[in-house]
Amino acid sequence: MNNVQRIVVAVAAFAVAGVVYAAGPDAGQTTKQATNWTAITMFAIFVGITLWITKWAASRTKTAADFYTAGGGITGFQNGLAIAGDYMSAASFLGISALVFGTGFDGLIFSIGWLVGWPVLTFLLAERLRNLGKFTFADVASYRFAQTPTRTFAAISTLVVVAFYMIAQMVGAGQLIKVLFGLDYLYAEILVGIIMLMYVLFGGMTATTWVQIIKACMLLAGATFMALAVLFQFGFSPEALFTKAVELHPKHDAIMGPGALIKDPISAISVGMALMFGTAGLPHILMRFFTVPNAKEARKSVAWATTWIGYFYILTFIIGFGATVLLITNEGTFFAKPLAECTSGPLQNCLRGGGNMPAVLLAEAVGGEVFYGFIAAVAFATILAVVAGLTLSGASAVSHDLYASVWRHGNVDSATELRWSKGATVVLGIVAITLGIAFEKQNVAYMVMLAFTVACSGNFPVLAMSVLWKGCTTRGAVLGGYVGLIMATVLTIGSDSVWVAVMGNPKGSAWFPYSSAALFSMTAAFVTIWLVSKLDNSEQARKERALYPDQQTRSETGVGAATASAH
Amino acid sequence: MAADLYAKIRANPKFNEFVGTRNRYAIIMTILGALAYYGFILLVAYDKSFLAQKIGEGYTMSLGIPIGVGVIVFTIILTWIYVRRANSEFDDTSADIIKEAQK
Repeated sequence: MNNVQRIVVAVAAFAVAGVVYAAGPDAGQTTKQATNWTAITMFAIFVGITLWITKWAASRTKTAADFYTAGGGITGFQNGLAIAGDYMSAASFLGISALVFGTGFDGLIFSIGWLVGWPVLTFLLAERLRNLGKFTFADVASYRFAQTPTRTFAAISTLVVVAFYMIAQMVGAGQLIKVLFGLDYLYAEILVGIIMLMYVLFGGMTATTWVQIIKACMLLAGATFMALAVLFQFGFSPEALFTKAVELHPKHDAIMGPGALIKDPISAISVGMALMFGTAGLPHILMRFFTVPNAKEARKSVAWATTWIGYFYILTFIIGFGATVLLITNEGTFFAKPLAECTSGPLQNCLRGGGNMPAVLLAEAVGGEVFYGFIAAVAFATILAVVAGLTLSGASAVSHDLYASVWRHGNVDSATELRWSKGATVVLGIVAITLGIAFEKQNVAYMVMLAFTVACSGNFPVLAMSVLWKGCTTRGAVLGGYVGLIMATVLTIGSDSVWVAVMGNPKGSAWFPYSSAALFSMTAAFVTIWLVSKLDNSEQARKERALYPDQQTRSETGVGAATASAH
Repeated sequence: MAADLYAKIRANPKFNEFVGTRNRYAIIMTILGALAYYGFILLVAYDKSFLAQKIGEGYTMSLGIPIGVGVIVFTIILTWIYVRRANSEFDDTSADIIKEAQK
């Protein structure tokens, strides 16, 4: 324990020194802003509090179960906030409010898509996950199947989803920090990597959960304040806000109706499926179902998570419109170039600091320098917390699924498994920093969508079929899972957002014509699982089908489910 | 031991009835959630002007805004309705069935 404390303090000192050092003068980057001491101070306070919590959590993280699931002692309400925190990433806070700012109604369409996966997860999977699983979603998927192939698939699929999601977060962190704090991209990457590593390494799931809860509260409080401040200026009349926004926005009345977001019905349905079922396949969300003591609390967690996320999206809608009015009214302060010259490309790209800035600049407009600092710190804390959750879920896949289950066939004591999970955490932390740096100049806009597409085409079908369908066998599940995973990736590469926007092929040459692969890759996964399982007449398949009734009884009643550890 | 208990639970006709009721309920709720969302999305894809029309004479707000916010609120309410029923009625039934099997 003393050692842990010493290391935490030493690394904290190093991190702070890094901030101070990085704050030195550095010209040349056009988007980099002046060093923002208010934001840095606020962020340092956040880091200080969360590291103090990590120290406390470290004293409670003694076994592998503590590391993976906080000993199963998180309440439904707390877990709901943590799940909401995982989901309300900086991309959704800054990205959706920017989309509302630029296009109005389209931003609302987009945000609704991110919410609709939650009921599906609640109704079909939440309690079954809790009743069957222990540490990772692979525990559930492989419950009655051959361990080695099923867990290998689950681990690969988890790492793929985590990698894509992580790259998007890390690149976002670097870009944001240039603008918000006036620090270098490289320092941002290392800072995020090191602080995140401390949370996960020393505090395990306990620290990761509490960091996420604190951040979720800060984000919800900040966003609520901003939305109220905006509505206050219009006598709490949304109609008055919309009228002013339509008057000022260059697109005028067009912001009140659907625009160019939805290209064609197939794309609309396909994107909808990725969001709806991808949520139920994200490993860092699924692992949170094992941190609560029972199915009752698992259900409560998703209900609370849905509530907070839905509330948050309504806030971002108000924030986006508030930004339209207040930023355009004070054009000279908030725009990098005059509105009249801003005719090509999205409106938000003409803002001071670039396209992600509407929410942050609105903070300055309604609450001055201090509140701007607060929101900037919240945005950065958000990335930190989400990256910590991703790392923990990736590390669990390596240490619990690959090492303990596949390699050692479960014959491993808790202390050794804990050592492996910490080792995996360090490796993943280094990988995260490296990927963040490697992708600095890349367009990573498609990566979160790709993570969702893989999650809904690989993880979700395997999970759903193994739990809900008696006839499902190892062969069917694993083969179908790989088909979904590979198709999701290949078709996404062939779509406009990668083939043209990233690989630089000429416009119109993309050979996959829709915005999302989900409709095709998820269907292919389900059909493959069904067909291969049907044709599977092996002895193993017969045994697996015979095990289904017991699995079903446990998943429906919770008898025999893993219980919370004693503390 | 657990296998014995599972077999006993399954032998109780109440168990099958309970699983059937809850699964039907879950599927109906899932379909309601999906209908609300896909209904909205298909409206966006096929009838943009419907959503863009004003909520009334002299208003700026379009019909799409209350509908969109409505989908969000509906999703939240739907989730809570399910969770309330599952956490009271379904959990009680399930606890009874387990108790009977343990006798």
